[in-house]
Amino acid sequence: MLRIKSDKTMQAVKQKRTFGVAEIILLLSIAILLIVVVVPVALIFFNAFFVDGQFNLADLVKTLGEGETYQALLNSLFIASGVTLCATAVGTFFAWLVTRTDIPYKGFMKGMFLVPFMLPSFIGALAWKMLLSPRAGYINRLWRDVTGAEDALFNIFSFGGIISIETMYLFPFVFIQVCGALERMDPTLEESARISGAGLFTITRKITLPLVMPSILSGALLIMLYSMAHFGTVAVLGIEVGIYNIPTLIYERIHQSAGSFDSIRTGTVLASVLVVTAAIIIWLQRKILGSGKYQIIAGKSFRPMELKLRGLRTPLFIFCLLYIGLTIVLPTVTIFLVGGLKTYGIPITWENLSLENYKYVLFEWDQTQQAIKNSIGLGLGAATITMFSGVMISYVIVKMKVRGKGILEFLGMLPFSVPGSVIALGVILAWSGRFGINLYNTIWIILIAYIARYMAFSLKANSAALEQVHDSLVEAARACGASMWQALRDIVLPLVRPGMVAAFFLIFLPALRELTVSVMLYGTTSRTIGVAIYTLNEDGETVTSAALAGIALILIVTGQTIINHFAKTKQA
Amino acid sequence: MSVTLTNVTKYFGKVKAVSSLNFKISDGECFSMLGPSGCGKTTTLRMVAGFEDLDEGEISVNDVLLSSSGKKYYLPPEKRNFGMVFQAFAVWPHMSVFENVAFPLRLKKINASEIARRTTQALEHTSLLDVASKSPADLSGGGKQRVALARALAINPSVMLLDEPLSSLDPHLREEMRFEIKELQKIYGFSIMYVTHDQSEAMALSDRILIMKNGVVQQIASPLEVYTKPANRFVFSFIGLSNFTNMNVTENAMTLDGVSVPFVEGRAPSGEIISAGVGTVASRPNEIDFVDHGGIPGTVMRRTFLGEVTDYQILVGDQEVRVQKGRYVSGPQEGETCHLRFLNPLWFPVEK
Repeated sequence: MLRIKSDKTMQAVKQKRTFGVAEIILLLSIAILLIVVVVPVALIFFNAFFVDGQFNLADLVKTLGEGETYQALLNSLFIASGVTLCATAVGTFFAWLVTRTDIPYKGFMKGMFLVPFMLPSFIGALAWKMLLSPRAGYINRLWRDVTGAEDALFNIFSFGGIISIETMYLFPFVFIQVCGALERMDPTLEESARISGAGLFTITRKITLPLVMPSILSGALLIMLYSMAHFGTVAVLGIEVGIYNIPTLIYERIHQSAGSFDSIRTGTVLASVLVVTAAIIIWLQRKILGSGKYQIIAGKSFRPMELKLRGLRTPLFIFCLLYIGLTIVLPTVTIFLVGGLKTYGIPITWENLSLENYKYVLFEWDQTQQAIKNSIGLGLGAATITMFSGVMISYVIVKMKVRGKGILEFLGMLPFSVPGSVIALGVILAWSGRFGINLYNTIWIILIAYIARYMAFSLKANSAALEQVHDSLVEAARACGASMWQALRDIVLPLVRPGMVAAFFLIFLPALRELTVSVMLYGTTSRTIGVAIYTLNEDGETVTSAALAGIALILIVTGQTIINHFAKTKQA
Repeated sequence: MSVTLTNVTKYFGKVKAVSSLNFKISDGECFSMLGPSGCGKTTTLRMVAGFEDLDEGEISVNDVLLSSSGKKYYLPPEKRNFGMVFQAFAVWPHMSVFENVAFPLRLKKINASEIARRTTQALEHTSLLDVASKSPADLSGGGKQRVALARALAINPSVMLLDEPLSSLDPHLREEMRFEIKELQKIYGFSIMYVTHDQSEAMALSDRILIMKNGVVQQIASPLEVYTKPANRFVFSFIGLSNFTNMNVTENAMTLDGVSVPFVEGRAPSGEIISAGVGTVASRPNEIDFVDHGGIPGTVMRRTFLGEVTDYQILVGDQEVRVQKGRYVSGPQEGETCHLRFLNPLWFPVEK
């Protein structure tokens, strides 16, 4: 007995002393995060806070106070607050409607309300520009023709326009969180209020809403974070009339003054503001979810009571259909129709429509062909690399017991709080020859930026999958005589494979339509689909831009359908 | 107050979840509904509470109609003035213990000092005064269930609906809370409708027990009667451990799997004596004696010491009989032959 005991301690000591596989994996994980995320962000902070190698806060404050910069900060804050308020209200209302009332076709509507997640918002903004730009927009023209009015019905090039469009595409963040909370909530929490004498209205106000408040707030903060750092909508609808937010101003500065020190500095200062804001928002979100995580989940099978809408049932149903039609169907149809026109502005009639633009974009014009190839290649590359490194890093964070893991845990949080335009600026600083490697204007710099941008997705999906794999499963394999590697290969890997597949597609699909990062990094041969759509539109090639956007939509929807199908068969 | 159910029936899709229930709970009675999960007991309770509509029949309290499928009339749950406690506690984590208990009173628009008085009283009776300002999320399972009880008590209801209120608690606490519920009933004088799948809980608490299977009532009787005069084989097997032994009966002899055995005295629950044919002897493991001779012969397959009792698994013919004897009884060893005598067995017709 004593002998066995001493053998074991020997082994333990041995494991500690050697520089084993665990340490190698840990160091590799730290290295990846350092190179991909930490160095770029550190360079941004360095450039923002140091002038000529000296710490200089006064200059930073001065830069922030300058007219355009200050205005962009205010705009970002104003737009983000407006979007957060509107989208939270819309998301909560629809979530309540599909989970707690007897509105018809709930499943269908729930699916439709999640569609905006899929659609790139800058394509939506393009569609709305085609419909509501003050002079040429189809709806505004129709309005003038019908009423004889001088003014446009609605000018989309405005704060109101930007906030409305972002609301349309961001409300699902709140919708999905609140739906989840309402569906998982123990129905007896509401029933016990009811038996206590409370009517449905009182219950909603005093019990249901307070209980799902953490979910509402956390969704709202996500929207805030997203909107602050959002490029596409403001770029399409704001730049034309001089409305800049932080990301669009960074883009403008970097793009127009081709790498001059002043413009880079303004960019880094703005980027620092974004990083700090994002960090605060994420910290707040974690705090809310951490403190307010009520135990409201129970496994009883009785369904929650549904509010009978009675007379309001049909009007509310029609309202939902109108909303879906207006925010999803109309813009999508507009893109495809305009993509079929010979020139933008002519009436949409059968005679004016053809498939010429689509043919041109797909088979004839090498610039768009290359953009499609680039995006698919970048998507596959980034998704593969990020998926594998994500699984490794998550494994260290979730499962391994090595010293120095704390650093990795901290570094692993970083990708979540670094917005796209910050990453783009960071990789410009890091990979433009400063460290001897110059990737500027090549496709590789975009790949690196994508990896940094999507690392958060991969870490999230993979650590969620790994947390499901209980330690005892590995221990059982070890007890059966498997080595650590065999246990990993035969037990852990098969169990986390769905998480890895999920991570792959979570990266591949958004990468296909990426704009924020690529627009700051593209060169003549490294356009992506997003960049091509955006620049074509800027150059006035509206119909070609629409045709390419239509093709992008088909690619995205097909991809999403395949995944959904895949996920469903996996579950069954 | 009395609760009357008349011909209450409920379908879930095509399945008859509750089938023509008729019973009356009288004022101050503790009435339990007992049965395996999915037997319709919780559905019945939820129909009384008003959370489920009826497909047939009526429910009324003191001759005041609450639910009627014929008249399409349903008084909403919030107007029924019942107290109810759920299995999963269902205390609101965003309110303090005090606020949880005061909630039903606040809805009644009574003045603040009266709310404070009655809340304090309910908290006192459930020993929660010390934690009144805490969040219920910080309490243990037993504490949470006390909050749920206090909340149900606050409005001083005349009927208390309890839906497996103790099954989320650990066994020790469960027993303690049983007595507390009984004590509270004495203080407040409400009638109890109690749903449980734990037969000992039902025995300990109830004046009468309703035993249900697949939505159909098997028996409604006092605990003693349910135990000693079970209406059928199902009730016998649901209340405590049980043996069923099939035998052939002729005029003056009995055979068990072809072996002739001494005559087993017993009665059928309905009172008549089994005469001839095939019957089943139902017995409790602790109501079988080992005798030297004159009993039914068997072989001990397994003998297990369980602490309070020793458990014997005995092969009688081709059938198995379990016997439990106190640890001071020196019973036969494994592999030995023994003779069994049933004390007070019941006879049932053989189940097909």
